[in-house]
Amino acid sequence: MIEVRQLRKSFGDQPVLDGVDLTIEQGESLVIIGRSGGGKSVLLKNIVGLTQPDSGQVLVNGQDIAHLNERELLAVRRKFGMLFQSAALFDSLTVEENIAFVLARERNHTPEEIARRVTEALEMVEMPGVQKKKPAELSGGMRKRVGLARAIIYRPEVVFYDEPTTGLDPVVSDSIDKLIIRVCERLKVTTVVITHDMRSMQAVGRRVAMLHHGRIYTSGTPVELMAATDPVVSRFVRGISDEKEHTF
Amino acid sequence: MIQRLLAGLGRFSLLVTEVVRSLMTQRLSGRDLLDQLYFIGVKSQTVVLVTGAFTGMVLCAQTYFQFHKVKMDTATLAVVSVSMCGELGPVLTALMVSGRVGASMAAQLGTMKVTEQIDALRTLATHPIDYLVVPRVVATMIAVPLLTAESVTVGILAAYLVGVHLLQIDPGYSIVNMQRFTDHRDVIMGFIKSFIFGGIIATTGCYKGMHCGQGAEGVGHATTEAVVYASIAILMSNFFLTLLLTRLLALT
Repeated sequence: MIEVRQLRKSFGDQPVLDGVDLTIEQGESLVIIGRSGGGKSVLLKNIVGLTQPDSGQVLVNGQDIAHLNERELLAVRRKFGMLFQSAALFDSLTVEENIAFVLARERNHTPEEIARRVTEALEMVEMPGVQKKKPAELSGGMRKRVGLARAIIYRPEVVFYDEPTTGLDPVVSDSIDKLIIRVCERLKVTTVVITHDMRSMQAVGRRVAMLHHGRIYTSGTPVELMAATDPVVSRFVRGISDEKEHTF
Repeated sequence: MIQRLLAGLGRFSLLVTEVVRSLMTQRLSGRDLLDQLYFIGVKSQTVVLVTGAFTGMVLCAQTYFQFHKVKMDTATLAVVSVSMCGELGPVLTALMVSGRVGASMAAQLGTMKVTEQIDALRTLATHPIDYLVVPRVVATMIAVPLLTAESVTVGILAAYLVGVHLLQIDPGYSIVNMQRFTDHRDVIMGFIKSFIFGGIIATTGCYKGMHCGQGAEGVGHATTEAVVYASIAILMSNFFLTLLLTRLLALT
């Protein structure tokens, strides 16, 4: 279980997270929504330990990881898998080397075992036979699939997705949503998705939390949020801009 | 300005500390080290050899033109040899490697940073210092002394060819004078300097890459600064190293 308590983070004098409280239960599928630039990715990076908060706690199975140093965090991050918005594949390595990265560095797996697990991971993300390709030879959707294969090969407890459907066409987006659901069901992992894609939110989320003005504004099921009468939530889920507010 | 400079020095010190800690506590991957040795050592040979050869030749010609006036022609190659071993070889090799390798390190790591590849590395339970910085620093500290030795050898040989065959200096006396004036202290000084310069090039390149700004502009700045700062550090430290090592080696 992950608990975020009163998390605050500012860049200069601009507060991005202003006291976030959030609980992520084991095995659940949580979607965090919010406006672009609203701090969703910053929240995710704080939870994973890529950024240190100014104050507050991030409890992973009861251990506060918010102020651990980089080496102490390495052991905690072994529990996490993360798919980045840009997939963040290592462009100097092949697909196979990317996916096998963690296993190869552990030095306690045979080459045959690594090759078998890479093949399994690629089959799980429906990308068989691309082991020898370089990331530059793949399309955006394919890169995300390979990024996901790399994130799940070592069987993490929690998989984080940072805007997994951003920049993809609706058909590819739908296939990525289905892939997220399949990975969640087959591997029984906790899933945390950050998105502003409402279709994706409804497809993937069992619970949705909305980040607004640096705090969790509301949470509920996707159906509840889509039917919300609160003007902030309602405008966001329907994609209606407020003329009094800057929307960029 | 001063606050930014101090913050930068602090971050650089932390990086160096983390490199030392990693070297003492983590196992260095032989494959990563070999990859870097190939890129830094083997791929830099052409530029370093050409630099060494032409530096030796021009130094020989200039020294000869001055020494010829006072009938000291046969001391020409001794001056070339001492200068190449202790000063010009290590400094020019380091400057050339800095331009090629330091810039490349900053650009590579900077691009990895702006495309979130370094963050991806961290989520894969890998410390960026262990995987990206340590192999580069170790490989550069091994490769630069070897490249310097090559550069010095080729520089002296090229100077010999120019001096003996073009400027008609007596080869016998030249070699005797070279052996008389160049001793093991010059070679040791050059070796120690090039080892330290290797460390300067790699840590500066990696530091600039790991802390580069956003986007293409950030990577561009990091690349330029890596070369400029490493070159300045090499030239400044060379002066102090010369004073220090001359004193220390005189005791041996």
